Amino acid sequence: MDLSNRTVWAYRRENGRVGVRNHVAILPLDDISNAACEAVAAHIQGTIALPHAYGRLQFGEDLELHFRTMIGTGANPNVAACIVIGIEPAWTERVVEGIAKTGKPVAGFWIEGNGDIATVAAASRKAKEFVHLASEQVRVECPLTDVWVAAKCGESDTTTGLASCPTVGNLYDKLVPLGLYGCFGETSELTGAEHLAAARAATPEIGEKFMRTWSAYQRDVIEAHKTSDLSDSQPTKGNIAGGLTTIEEKALGNLEKIGKKTRYIDVLEPAEPPLRGRGLYFMDTSSAAAECCTLQAAAGYVVHVFPTGQGNVIGNPIMPVIKLSGNPRTVRVMSEHIDVDVSGVVRRELTIDQAGDRLIDCVARTANGRFTCAEALGHREFVMTKLYRSA
Amino acid sequence: MANIPHLLIHDRRDNVGVVVVEGLTAGTDMLCVVTEDDSERRATCNQDVPIGHKIALRDLAAGDTVVKYGEDIGRVTAPIRKGDHVHTHNLKTKRW
Repeated sequence: MDLSNRTVWAYRRENGRVGVRNHVAILPLDDISNAACEAVAAHIQGTIALPHAYGRLQFGEDLELHFRTMIGTGANPNVAACIVIGIEPAWTERVVEGIAKTGKPVAGFWIEGNGDIATVAAASRKAKEFVHLASEQVRVECPLTDVWVAAKCGESDTTTGLASCPTVGNLYDKLVPLGLYGCFGETSELTGAEHLAAARAATPEIGEKFMRTWSAYQRDVIEAHKTSDLSDSQPTKGNIAGGLTTIEEKALGNLEKIGKKTRYIDVLEPAEPPLRGRGLYFMDTSSAAAECCTLQAAAGYVVHVFPTGQGNVIGNPIMPVIKLSGNPRTVRVMSEHIDVDVSGVVRRELTIDQAGDRLIDCVARTANGRFTCAEALGHREFVMTKLYRSA
Repeated sequence: MANIPHLLIHDRRDNVGVVVVEGLTAGTDMLCVVTEDDSERRATCNQDVPIGHKIALRDLAAGDTVVKYGEDIGRVTAPIRKGDHVHTHNLKTKRW
């Protein structure tokens, strides 16, 4: 398959980035603004509210991550225009100003001194204006490699390491050299394969940065909070049912997602946009699917490829999540969730190279507008990562 | 159907393989394929083993290292015979 000239029909945004969806997002700054955002989205057709649980009394690094996630979500190229609603003006305006740097239409509203009803009325009027703007945008021909593709696996089993993760790796091995932006994460879930992950950095310095990030997660998150040996959480009960026994085994399968030869060119903070140009990036994330996908979307990724063994059903409100599985039973009993069936790999009927082509084709069709299974089924998991308790 | 493997092995150095068919029953003469070089071998499983679960390719003693992907995936906690089901009852992480 000649991929160097492959194109898709997508939205070229004001800042030059390519989006594959055309959302008008109604973004709450904080938990107590969810109701107003959901009221606007219920009223104005063609909008989507993004309710979440946080945004009050956060401080320090945790607050910075909150702002980075909020701004990054609104700035994502899959969002044509954005309404931000917060309880008060100062933090609301900070998010609005961050999103406005992309050049896209954005407006902020706050509830204190106005009440929900007046706020919803004013925001609805603006949201309606944004829907008209967005719905007149047309898709244009763009290089496939301008579509930023992130990856994470979930409810893994042993078929993940045999079939679906190597399929994602094959996609990266083919498209990253042509200029794709890629991203993998799941810091703690590389435990047992961290030496191999470190060796896949583009330079020894980046490998050392990876090891510092991985070691800090072990020390500050796992060792600081564990009450047992974690064998009830990592691997998960679903992983164990699927035949995975240890974190080392799970990690080695997980790492298959970066292929045989692709090297990552930087280590990103959670939700940090990749700024070193085209290439594969590692992001420091939790291994929980919704948290990881939310952080990758906030960093600017517009399509996600998600290998699953036992059948994780994850979606994301603004970033289409393509699911692939190599487990013949999962493909049969959960077919409505699987976009790309690679179970032929374990029957030796399909090579990893052919499976990779099949996945790339699905990425292109998804970029062109095809709904993923998760989109059709209404999966909109939007989960902020919180680093510690609020003040 | 005859060429569909029962068990896949990642790396020639591995001492376990993965069941990739449903309903594997004890005593089955399994077709095993090493994915790194497509080489084939045969082995017999000692128990009914679910799809996705591992089977030992040789005898292992408590304290031995289980190797998959050519890498260390944990230590043996109870004696294992060639053909036995390998999982949480006889294999444990060296981490956490």
